[in-house]
Amino acid sequence: MAKASVTPSAEERLILTKKNRRWDEVRGRSLVTICAVIMIVATIAVTIFLAQKGLQSFTVNNINPIAYLTSTNWNPTGGENASFGIFPFIFGSLAVTFLSALIAAPLGIGAAIFMSEIAPKFGKRVLQPVIELLVGIPSVVYGFIGLVVLVPLLRDNLPGIGFSLLAGVIVLTVMILPTVTTIATDAMRSLPNSLRQGSLALGATRWQTIRKVLIPAALPSLLTAIVLGMARAFGEALAVQMVIGNTRDLPGSIFDTSATLTTIVTLNIGHTTYGSIENNTLWSMGLILLVISFVFIFIVRYLSGRRKI
Amino acid sequence: MNSRITDRIATGVFYVIAAIMVALLLYLFYFILSNGVPQITWDFLTSASSSYQAGGGIRDQLFNSLYILVITMIITVPLGVCGGVYMAEYAKPGRVTNFIRTCIEMLASLPSIVVGLFGLLVFVNTTGWGYTIIGGALALTIFNIPVMVRVTEDAIRSVPKEQKEASLALGITRWHTIKTVLLPYAFPGILTGAILASGRVFGEAAALLYTAGLSTPTLDYGNWNPFSENSPLNIFRPAETLAVHIWSVNTQGLIPDVREVANGASAVLVIAVLVFNILARWLGSVIHKKLTAGK
Repeated sequence: MAKASVTPSAEERLILTKKNRRWDEVRGRSLVTICAVIMIVATIAVTIFLAQKGLQSFTVNNINPIAYLTSTNWNPTGGENASFGIFPFIFGSLAVTFLSALIAAPLGIGAAIFMSEIAPKFGKRVLQPVIELLVGIPSVVYGFIGLVVLVPLLRDNLPGIGFSLLAGVIVLTVMILPTVTTIATDAMRSLPNSLRQGSLALGATRWQTIRKVLIPAALPSLLTAIVLGMARAFGEALAVQMVIGNTRDLPGSIFDTSATLTTIVTLNIGHTTYGSIENNTLWSMGLILLVISFVFIFIVRYLSGRRKI
Repeated sequence: MNSRITDRIATGVFYVIAAIMVALLLYLFYFILSNGVPQITWDFLTSASSSYQAGGGIRDQLFNSLYILVITMIITVPLGVCGGVYMAEYAKPGRVTNFIRTCIEMLASLPSIVVGLFGLLVFVNTTGWGYTIIGGALALTIFNIPVMVRVTEDAIRSVPKEQKEASLALGITRWHTIKTVLLPYAFPGILTGAILASGRVFGEAAALLYTAGLSTPTLDYGNWNPFSENSPLNIFRPAETLAVHIWSVNTQGLIPDVREVANGASAVLVIAVLVFNILARWLGSVIHKKLTAGK
């Protein structure tokens, strides 16, 4: 090794004075501790900066927070009649999150069970690399494919203009599927073999074992997988933005255009004057995104606390 | 009898689900590569992009993506590795460690647009730098660090206990053990993780929209002075990356050949991610073999 050639002779290395050794230890220890502290600082900084900026619409511009969250009228450029109701975007965000989780959860957990219980060899050799590659595809590429393939497809075959809540849901489903599958697979694989053998020895079929024994045992981890998938769907901005249509009205059906908090922030924050009331309301949306992603983490922590096996 | 039939049906359903996943990937890759690869010509890779005419390339975007990646990794890898060493070796179970873990989880799960907003607030507005490469790299650092920490921690925890204990039993300090025993052993794992993280950074866009910006100044590739205005190496200049370019051409739609540019750029992006993936596996196994068998 290259290192050995520059190190001093064995004598010198071994007979380091006690003081030297202690210094080395103290230095190393402080170095890594500082790095750990940086992570705390970063988290707190993100929270404080965004909270302080995000609250300005309420403290400086005197927007009523209740009206801000519940009104459906978003008209920031209306001058005298400007109104700032972001309910349609909150609704859009929640709708795409839950609907895509609803499709991705059974598919992802199914794939996980396939890999761990039905065809472990095939799963490891083929399906796992497939999923890892799906994780690697950048989100803008998903958005682009959604834009050029999915939107025209929906426009030709279903009511509406193609850009829709449904298009957003489909794109997000594909994006969160690998996340759900990977975590669910880890959960299923970490179940002890004695559970399987015990159940099979009692004469249960494989499906009975999976449904009555393995899924309940892995449930907290499987829920974690779904929640992390939802967190990803909730925070995704660009891919959804490209296919959802970005209108300010509440969608009447899944074929209607819609918007989410992330897409509105992405589209508008560059076009508004920094410090203006409209700009501030966008920062408030950013704060809401931050708060909700914290909520997802607390749910995950709660679930992992309930993990028994 | 009945339960056997349900078992068969269930098994069938699981096969269908697995087939859906494989079909999905095959379709996506087929689509991206069949549309994109014909667009990738030497000219496409080496000419500057155009904001309104057809026939623009992706030279600057490609360079910016790679450059931001390098800067990000220069910041992230030392920080993440040290953080991981702390979590694996020095952190004692307790409230503080628990809090650090929560922080890591939070950083890891921040939506990238939120990280972008934080970057816009701090690295663009508060510092007064405007849209810069360093701002983008620092924003990317925020969600890359937790990944590196986790990878390092796992790699260090996977070192056999006996090896570590043998070193400590010789009277060698913990830090010296980390430097000479644990880190070399964990190196392949850390490297693999770093390369996979690079793939993620390379494709990231939302956090960069409003930190590194949506434009690139005219660059002079003969000018390697990092402090000069039109040098590609200047870290205080705006830089549109490849992923951001795909988004912006599709959203603004000013150039007539949006489809061609986006197809080509997507293919380059996906191929790059594939290369990162394969490289990570290959390097990881090669180094692992060298470390375990060669000595």
